[in-house]
Amino acid sequence: MESAYLIETVIKIVVILLVFSALAGIGTYFERKILAFMQRRLGPSIVGPYGLLQVAADGIKLFTKEDIIPAGVVGRIFKIAPVITAATAFMAAAAIPFLPQFTIFGYTVHPIVADINVGILYILGVMAVGLYGPLLGGMASANKYSLISAARAAAVFISYEVVTGLAILAPIMMVGSLSLIDFNEYQAGGIGNWIVWSQPVAFILFWIAAFAETGRTPFHLIANDHEIIDGFGTEYSGMRWGLFFIGEYANMFFISFVIPLLFLGGFGDGSFLGALGLLAKVAFFFFFFLWTRAAWPDVRPDQLMWLCWKVLMPVAVINVVITGLVMMF
Amino acid sequence: MSLEAFNNRNVNEGDYFLVDIEDYPTDGWGKFKRVVKRTFKGELFVGLWVVLREMIKFDIHTVQYPEEKMPIGPRYRAVHEMKRLWESDAERCIGCGLCEKICISNCIRIDTRIDENSRKEVSEYSINLGRCIYCGYCAEVCPELAITHGGEYENASDQREHFIMYEDMLTPIDKMKAGAQLEFEGFGSITPHEDERVKKTPLAY
Repeated sequence: MESAYLIETVIKIVVILLVFSALAGIGTYFERKILAFMQRRLGPSIVGPYGLLQVAADGIKLFTKEDIIPAGVVGRIFKIAPVITAATAFMAAAAIPFLPQFTIFGYTVHPIVADINVGILYILGVMAVGLYGPLLGGMASANKYSLISAARAAAVFISYEVVTGLAILAPIMMVGSLSLIDFNEYQAGGIGNWIVWSQPVAFILFWIAAFAETGRTPFHLIANDHEIIDGFGTEYSGMRWGLFFIGEYANMFFISFVIPLLFLGGFGDGSFLGALGLLAKVAFFFFFFLWTRAAWPDVRPDQLMWLCWKVLMPVAVINVVITGLVMMF
Repeated sequence: MSLEAFNNRNVNEGDYFLVDIEDYPTDGWGKFKRVVKRTFKGELFVGLWVVLREMIKFDIHTVQYPEEKMPIGPRYRAVHEMKRLWESDAERCIGCGLCEKICISNCIRIDTRIDENSRKEVSEYSINLGRCIYCGYCAEVCPELAITHGGEYENASDQREHFIMYEDMLTPIDKMKAGAQLEFEGFGSITPHEDERVKKTPLAY
């Protein structure tokens, strides 16, 4: 039985790695297409039907480009930084239940690599470690833009870890568990049981913080093209830059899984319809990441810090206190 | 669309109005009120709605360039064209050399000789398009509408010398025979209905 468990886990890991690496590529396709449509452009349309093979063309380009280690960089740290970003993004996926359990050929599959009892804590922790990718990459490149980006990354990630943690604290108090499976069970009764109805403030706060954690547009200042070129990725080329990219998009997908699992009922009662519902919710949150990129301007770093420490964090603390009072009485 | 509304700068008439800008708050309470007001005003959702509306309308403005091209105006100044006479298919250029003279970047070189009929003939005519600034003076000064600017803006070649060839600029004879030579409609060209507007000179010379 032990070896069967081992084989199952390895298969699940490989499937998650393959699926989400591919999804990162397809995610760029969707991002380009949706941004283009919102800006009344066509987007990629030449390579393959509807430009679908553009992803393959980009992949070939990334894999075959020369791997440049510029003079003046701290070689080892420069090389390891993109790996940290990609690896932590995928490590976070270990505690996410992607689908309800299903039976295939008489064998029950749990589509979660490890249902550890501190799931959310683990995900938040590993995502926080992801900070070291931009930080080390930016500081190791002998480039001022990268250095600015590294400083911003450290400030933004650490600040918004606080908001994420405090926002998630109130739902955790209600559910009484850190496992995402338990969160799902808590909300399995239907739409009326979703945590978003009892914790709307926490939901909004977590959603806002998700934008900062993934570095998406309203809070895109870590790699803001019009200010600091590509930030920490300026000196990177080829597949090393590609790893940063895969990490960013995989992070977007995983956050898009975590938000519905925490607040919007996840996969519900575990039926086929519930699984489809989860995928639809994930698709909406991923779409929203692209939507805001087309619609909203970026904020300044000082505005971002102001928003975090003077608005979101007090609101999160008040939310936790009120939740505690309501639960006590 | 008429440009009247844009050219009229008199702010006392028309649709001009002063934008209502509130004074910036100076004290903490005022700033707090402004933050709260902006937070719950929902202006972010206006932005979201605008881009979503454009996506649903799917009114794509992309010109897919190699397949589609934008129409360009008749006065567009791209690569020169040498025209032929409609009556005889002969070259219009009379070798006067005005274009060479007026060319401010010195890129036109013209050479003439006297042919067997004792008529002036253009023996050599070249424009170095690598140096040409497309100012249009040559077309403007030409008394015969022989050199004009065309609409051909896609220039690519493996040799710079290819941008000088007179044969490429001259209307091909088979195109001329087919009556497909496009007349230049830009500056200096004959205005439409010119025949009807011509009047007899009242004096008997």
